Amino acid sequence: MAQLKYILPLALGALVLLGWQLAVRHLDVPVYVLPAPSDIARAFVTEMPSLVSATLTTLRIVVIAFILATVSGIGLAILFSQSRIIEYALFPYAVILQVTPVVAIAPLLIIWVHYENIDLALLILAWIVAFFPIVASTTLGLRSADFNLVDLFRLHGAGRWQILWRLRLPCALPYLLGAMKISGGLALIGTIVAEFAAGTGTATGLGWLITESENRLHTATTFAALAILAALGIGIFFALSALEWALLHHWHESALRKQE
Amino acid sequence: MTRVALSDAGKVFDNGTLALEHINLEITDGEFVSLLGPSGCGKSTVLRMIAGLLAPTTGSVHFPEGRPEIGFVFQDPTLMPWTNVLANARLALDLKGVARGEADARAGAALARVGLKGFEKAYPRELSGGMRMRASIARALAASPKLLLMDEPFAALDELTRHTLNDDLLKLWAEDGMTIVFVTHSVFESAFLSSRVVVMTPRPGRISKDVPLPSPRGRESGYRTTPAFTRAAATLSAGLAEAMGRAA
Repeated sequence: MAQLKYILPLALGALVLLGWQLAVRHLDVPVYVLPAPSDIARAFVTEMPSLVSATLTTLRIVVIAFILATVSGIGLAILFSQSRIIEYALFPYAVILQVTPVVAIAPLLIIWVHYENIDLALLILAWIVAFFPIVASTTLGLRSADFNLVDLFRLHGAGRWQILWRLRLPCALPYLLGAMKISGGLALIGTIVAEFAAGTGTATGLGWLITESENRLHTATTFAALAILAALGIGIFFALSALEWALLHHWHESALRKQE
Repeated sequence: MTRVALSDAGKVFDNGTLALEHINLEITDGEFVSLLGPSGCGKSTVLRMIAGLLAPTTGSVHFPEGRPEIGFVFQDPTLMPWTNVLANARLALDLKGVARGEADARAGAALARVGLKGFEKAYPRELSGGMRMRASIARALAASPKLLLMDEPFAALDELTRHTLNDDLLKLWAEDGMTIVFVTHSVFESAFLSSRVVVMTPRPGRISKDVPLPSPRGRESGYRTTPAFTRAAATLSAGLAEAMGRAA
């Protein structure tokens, strides 16, 4: 029964691919409109070097942007939890940064950091998209500590940092990990969108590869790049789920199986 | 020796509610004092003022022999779910910067005293409600408090567990010679546990009666079926009824 969870989606995927292959061949769909799975597989082989290098380029920016978003998000959340004044002053700007479409500010940012520093522009854009869930969620978590426990810490003479380190941060951990799963995906999306916005000829990531292959009607390559993107997204999600399990499975309700 | 003295203490909350007024209470070393009253009579507020978690609006809280080490037990166990029972019991010692080895030994000893030997590595959610409360009491005992404040600690437990914990609490009190201030709304619990019961009236909270009882030292579970217990409970019931009547 437990294996069904893995077998069912895989079997469904295989079935869809088979139907796709047969339909495309049978209906004679041009390869630049919809390539068959076999065409996409061929594109994987022939375009391997550029796909690998584009993947590594994109992944590098995603990972750095995600780490920056996590670190800065936690830092800002700690600042907010220590001072309402700072939170009131800064939080609206964090929201503004979040709701501004990254596509709209990409050209501006590229002008600011200069074309030759395009990676820096991509990094900033991906960071903008990824950091808000971390700030918002971690701030909530830091504030969710049991009042009685806070009182108990104070009774035993705990200072502000002891309360933060020993009480508020552990309370915020499930919130932070949940937000990291969202931000991991957002960092990937943010990077690709930024690559699109940056245009061809500059960046060399998967976003650029997709734009370029579409322009050349190499639709099979586009699909290959899309497949890699999906795999990256899934990989990021599973990696962060594993981290969540590792940190929470001892104690948090979300990671525990209900005892019968 | 007076352990703690409240002189004409009163409390008005920020929203204007008058929670307590004219609280005069002297608690002597080694007493087991119960604050008995209906909900909303400010019993918990008195406890928090003694602990220094709330400042009285008027009057004062004074420790003639200096502020003692204080333990506090809440109605909920309020254990930290992310760490094991031993680390929970070690909390006060960790916060004071006691070395890990010594802190582990003292917390382990406190757990053994409340009957949780062997559960050091368990996480709070693996324990029953009664065991969690025992862990919470061990956490309060680990730093060897001279004054233990308990805020309806057994109110959420079933009667059987509550009786067992009442018995065990009396033993712990007798062994240590600590002073306990115990908040409850149960006449029977206070009649069983206390050397003295302070009956309070609600809205605003005031002390309406101060009832001395025979010392509970060495008392066992069987005391609940004696005429002395019934008499004490009757006296307290009448006192509580009078307090409620006055407030109504």
